[in-house]
Amino acid sequence: MIRLEKRPQPSRAWSMATPLVAVLATMFFGGLLFAVLGKPPVEAIRTIFWEPLFGEFAFYYRPQLLVKGAPLVLIAIGLSLGFRAGIWNIGAEGQYIMGAIFGAGAGLAFYPSESFLIFPFMVIAGAFGGWLWAMIPAILKTRFGTNEILVSLMLVYVAEQFLASVSLGLLKNPEGFGFPGSRNLQSWDAAHNAELIAGSGMHWGVVAALIAVIFAYVLLNRHMTGYHIRLTGEAPRAAKFAGVNPTRLVLFCLGTSGALAGLAGMFEVSGPSGQISIDFNVGYGFTAIIVAFLGRLHPVGILLAGGLMALTYIGGDIAQSNLQLPAAAIQVFQGMLLFFLLAFDLLTNFRIAIGKPEVA
Amino acid sequence: MDLSAINPVLLIASLMVAATPLLLAAIGELVVEKAGVLNLGVEGMMIVGAIAGFATAVESGSPFLGFIAAAIAGAALSILFAILTQFAQANQVASGLSLTLFGLGLSALMGQSYVGIKPPQMGDIHIPVLSDLPVVGPILFGHDIILYFGIALTAAVWWVLKYSRIGLVLRAVGENHDAAHALGYKVLKIRLMAIMFGGACAGLGGAYISLIRVPQWTEGMTAGIGWIALALVVFASWKPWRALLGAYLFGGVTVVQLNLQAAGVAIPVEYLAMSPYLITILVLVILSADKSSAPASLGRNFHASR
Repeated sequence: MIRLEKRPQPSRAWSMATPLVAVLATMFFGGLLFAVLGKPPVEAIRTIFWEPLFGEFAFYYRPQLLVKGAPLVLIAIGLSLGFRAGIWNIGAEGQYIMGAIFGAGAGLAFYPSESFLIFPFMVIAGAFGGWLWAMIPAILKTRFGTNEILVSLMLVYVAEQFLASVSLGLLKNPEGFGFPGSRNLQSWDAAHNAELIAGSGMHWGVVAALIAVIFAYVLLNRHMTGYHIRLTGEAPRAAKFAGVNPTRLVLFCLGTSGALAGLAGMFEVSGPSGQISIDFNVGYGFTAIIVAFLGRLHPVGILLAGGLMALTYIGGDIAQSNLQLPAAAIQVFQGMLLFFLLAFDLLTNFRIAIGKPEVA
Repeated sequence: MDLSAINPVLLIASLMVAATPLLLAAIGELVVEKAGVLNLGVEGMMIVGAIAGFATAVESGSPFLGFIAAAIAGAALSILFAILTQFAQANQVASGLSLTLFGLGLSALMGQSYVGIKPPQMGDIHIPVLSDLPVVGPILFGHDIILYFGIALTAAVWWVLKYSRIGLVLRAVGENHDAAHALGYKVLKIRLMAIMFGGACAGLGGAYISLIRVPQWTEGMTAGIGWIALALVVFASWKPWRALLGAYLFGGVTVVQLNLQAAGVAIPVEYLAMSPYLITILVLVILSADKSSAPASLGRNFHASR
């Protein structure tokens, strides 16, 4: 007889190993999926995981890894703080959009000034936009006890409509011949989030992501607030007795994740994407949820997971053009990864015992 | 702007159509939550149901078969959630989210060759005399069969939860799974059944959007209806008839804003399109003060360690 026995302590070894096991399982079942779609499975998996790093055109794809990974890491770091404390911000996509709108809007208000202050101002405005959007579920939760999951998610749809509205109206390029979308920030030096080293993919968003990783690490391991976050997640009752202020924690976690998502949106719109347009957002806010879990809600883990997820985006693009693998297949692939991760997590908290239960 | 172009009879009739997918998904989720499980994957199950139903209806030419396929697809997807949460003891919030992300991808993959196709029509019922009555006819007697099924399902769920033994056991499992286990009820089995029922209902709701309400297939066409259904369960305080009321209210908001868009009201289209989501938030705020009616074991996993 096979039973599950709860471990007295979660296994550290399995906690580290499950993401790897999950990636392997996803490769296997993803391969099966690709085979069902009539694509060569081994070739497809190799294209996704190997080609961007070591393939013929790797010199072009490697910088892309930073470009795609930075927003994922930046958002996921913020989300992980809340997730640890049981505060579920799943509307990062909306905060990302609002950050981009605020950031771009703050810059465009001063067009065509060439002052060096414009870019820093945009950064602050972007973070503020995301923070503001996250404060809505935060305040509703602390003030009225409203469920933050549903509110933050509803606000994604609101933000998408708002994005459509500004790209057709308020922020529309006056010299754009009537096409929707703002001025292109890439062609305006003062607002352009350019590569810091040409050809490296390294832009300010990447720097911000690395700083966020370090800050989150210090916060969680060395700071009282970080301790309160962990305590609330692992032992809510103990946290209550220890005098952790839940209102402040909710405001802090949602606010930080909103500001980071807003930053990610602002760096994206002023750099790789270049302009506010109806569909400039590509779902980083949702993929970042997978990144946060895959990284075990740990800053360093998230850094690695963000890289891996960026790899599947880029590899997916390559597989799309080389093997005609549908874009949606990559989305399924990413979803599968989260599934397997959650399933194998069983082994972290439980031990599989064979035989009869002992009499206690 | 010409508001007189809006016909109130047609408005109410289309309100009922707009409300049905919400109602089906919400009733399913209500049963799941009554059993103490929070499945945030409604949106994912709905969209997979939408494409499974659409594809089956197109291939077989029968919308009815489409709805059956949609229910099966929704239930099948929900089994994944059940495995994660009931057997692998995974966090219910995370598992539900993963179900939605996975479902959105899967549906896009399945639906590639179905973009731009018209599905076979599901005819409206026609009762001689009754359906031809002015005003009452189109509102009460001129809809498709699934719409009536949704209302009947609401009644059935209400009756089962309130008066039957199965309903009592289900509620016991949702209120206190340890006590239910001690009494010898199979907590995991009952929850599995409830989750599958919820999945089937969400699948039906999705197929209603792709086969009747729109009717065609586009990626991500459920556009948050699954999430609104989750909010609706809270709105309804876990009571079936209030879920019906809530669904009609939200259906009404959707239809009125669409009609206002068509009538060319001076409010920009984007702001009108925001309104169902904003109203959902507003309703959540008003109703979240009272949490007493939520099942006590909602969202907590059960593991029989003793």
